[in-house]
Amino acid sequence: PNQTGRNRSHTVGKLTEKQYVGFATLPNQVHRKSVKKGFDFTLMVAGESGMGKSTLVNSLFLTDLYKDRKLLNAEERINQTVEIIKHTVDIEEKGVKLKLTIVDTPGFGDAVNNNECWKPITDYIDQQFEQYFRDESGLNRKNIQDNRVHCCLYFIPPFGHGLRPVDVEFMKALHEKVNIIPLIAKADCLTPNEIKKLKDRIREEIDKFGIKVYQFPECDSDEDEEFKQLDKELKECTPFAVIGSNTVVEARGQRVRGRLYPWGIVEVENQSHCDFVKLRNMLIRSHMHDLKDVTCDVHYENYRAQCIQEMTSKLAQDNRMESPIPILPLSTPDVDTEKLIKMKDEELKRMQEMLNKMQQQMHDKEQ
Amino acid sequence: FLALECERFSICNEEKRNLSLGGHVGFDSLPEQLVSKSVTQGFCFNILCVGETGIGKSTLMNTLFNTMFENEEASHYQNGVYLRPRTYDLQESNVRLKLTIVDTVGFGDQINKEDSYKPIVDYIDTQFENYLQEELKIKRSLFNYHDTRIHICLYFIAPTGHSLKSLDLVTMKKLDSKVNIIPIIAKADTISKSELHKFKIKIMSELVSNGVQIYQFPTDDETVSEINASMNAHLPFAVVGSVEEVKVGNKAVRARQYPWGVVQVENESHCDFVKLREMLIRVNMEDLREQTHARHYELYRRCKLEEMGFKDTDPDSEPFSLQETYEAKRKEFLGDLQRKEEEMRQMFVNKVKETEAELKDKERELHEKFEQLKRMHQEEKKKVEDKRGYLEEEMNAFNKRKAAAETLSLSQPVKKDKDKKNRSVNTENQSGVSASSSKVMMAKANVEPLNCQSWWQAIQCCTCLVHNATWRPGGLF
Repeated sequence: PNQTGRNRSHTVGKLTEKQYVGFATLPNQVHRKSVKKGFDFTLMVAGESGMGKSTLVNSLFLTDLYKDRKLLNAEERINQTVEIIKHTVDIEEKGVKLKLTIVDTPGFGDAVNNNECWKPITDYIDQQFEQYFRDESGLNRKNIQDNRVHCCLYFIPPFGHGLRPVDVEFMKALHEKVNIIPLIAKADCLTPNEIKKLKDRIREEIDKFGIKVYQFPECDSDEDEEFKQLDKELKECTPFAVIGSNTVVEARGQRVRGRLYPWGIVEVENQSHCDFVKLRNMLIRSHMHDLKDVTCDVHYENYRAQCIQEMTSKLAQDNRMESPIPILPLSTPDVDTEKLIKMKDEELKRMQEMLNKMQQQMHDKEQ
Repeated sequence: FLALECERFSICNEEKRNLSLGGHVGFDSLPEQLVSKSVTQGFCFNILCVGETGIGKSTLMNTLFNTMFENEEASHYQNGVYLRPRTYDLQESNVRLKLTIVDTVGFGDQINKEDSYKPIVDYIDTQFENYLQEELKIKRSLFNYHDTRIHICLYFIAPTGHSLKSLDLVTMKKLDSKVNIIPIIAKADTISKSELHKFKIKIMSELVSNGVQIYQFPTDDETVSEINASMNAHLPFAVVGSVEEVKVGNKAVRARQYPWGVVQVENESHCDFVKLREMLIRVNMEDLREQTHARHYELYRRCKLEEMGFKDTDPDSEPFSLQETYEAKRKEFLGDLQRKEEEMRQMFVNKVKETEAELKDKERELHEKFEQLKRMHQEEKKKVEDKRGYLEEEMNAFNKRKAAAETLSLSQPVKKDKDKKNRSVNTENQSGVSASSSKVMMAKANVEPLNCQSWWQAIQCCTCLVHNATWRPGGLF
């Protein structure tokens, strides 16, 4: 009597204008709610001191996050350990609120011996994952704070011929934990040809070492040709060669962010000078949400699965017993044991019957 | 498991501050990015319709979504209530919607309706449970999981004009903590305006006085708070459904044609259909989905986990991770299982021992019996021997007497000897009875000779011992 009917899926098809129901407003409803709720984003910057990380962040977000910073001298940095410093700011634009967290990693690569200098960084990322994992697994999940790192900008020095060992090791240690976007820092010391050569070299080496940097998602097939062309150009431009600036200069009659040299003015937002605009568009205007999604759906899930499996194997070792039962579901018993028990049961039954028969026989004969 | 050395790095959290931007950064596109992603993914929405058979649930769904969803008329003679979910893929402009409509078949038809609410509650819980199971998996893919949790329950109230039925109250009370409920007055074209006003007030007051929590359209967002607030005052919506079109003026509208007039579904002065559609679909669909996930599902999950024995973070002790307690439970379960296995093994061993003991007993019994029979046989043998001896004596005596008599005279007659024939079969064996005489004895007693050497073989041919009722202790003589 109490069964649930079988669920069949049907395709009804498109509703025409005349039959307007109204659920086409769903995207607007989602939009409205998301604006009300606000957004959050955590960006990590990593690279040696003096690569222009803070300047770039300021340029990206058109604000000054590093007002009272203290810079260390060379001698202070000999045994420098890597620190993790978080800056959180609330910014708003056209009614859209963003809680932006910048995670700085001062000291990375600065010491003389930089063995495993990325360890504090990987530890930090893992710690955020673990925190989220605990929160997500708790009973009260009303106010979970998402502090997971959504993107890591890695600054490669422009002075070399490609990736250095520390660059390779760093990216390999992090590529499965966070979205890495490699950048060529301080690109105003390279000519366009040099930039091209360096980009090709770096792309080659990234391939060669099997480093998985953040990949732009394929654009929709129904987008127009112009968009597709732009998208293609964007992808061929990586790693972006960037320049940042904290100062505003006057160039071609306008006030722009730039760097003033005796031989000319480098404009940060000039696409022929550097890839800053591409980076900004990609990072903020078009793929910010995708970076969050990839962090949630891929990196975090990998961490979680790994964590659970570690826990399981550790417990199995502790018990020193074969665990044929998977972690889920709890309720199904072991099929093999049941079979065995059934078999033995039947055997017993048979023996019992035989005995009864004999008894009966004897009893009958006695009569 | 992850030993993090907090001393290795320091985290300085600066005060969160609001900064003004020196220009257009561009993150105002974030909502668009989110929307574009959800449109690509598609949406899903699940409606549960609860109401008596024939009250207009299917018709209303057809009217709301402007589609003829296939369904047959339900019968009144179901044994119980059962739920029938059906999923449809709809599309409007570029928005794809996976709509699931769940019907309660047989609701209100039984004579005893005490358990009518149970299948409904069970169905809702099952959908929550499925989601929870997916969430707890090791390899999970929540972003393309087909969410079947019920986002809205439309409760159809019969247009009696008086008040709620007792079944309505009981059912809604059971459902209000599990799902968003919107009560609607069905077939409202049988109630006049004034009656409707009183009816609505009565229903709402009954709901309030019995503490039934129905869904309130949200008023926290300024863009929609006004319209939502005004709609809240019109609950429960009095609706009329129809898929037939009637010509009114020069337009064809969905309506019901009566001899006395035409009830137009989309006419706001005729019924609240438009209000329902506006609230349910065009304004609050996303909020209904959110409430289901953030409130009802979380409540279910929390209760379920507490039931399973999980605790939340203790401020004093180590915070428990769900997985850790899960592991502990699993260990416990495995321990239980092991114990049960042991028990069963023990039981099996005991059973075997028992059976063995029984068999041994039987063996002993049979052995005893065999011994007894043997003894009896020996006794008989002895008796027979004695008799033989006695007979022999008699014979001898007789012979002597005969001889004496013969010698005495020739005139005395010869005595007829009954047992004369015995003499002829005398083969000599002092230790036991001659085989032939014992054979004869046995033939008399109607018993087969014992051919077997051991008692076990004797048992095998049980019949040779006992095939005749005469074979009983003392039965020979």
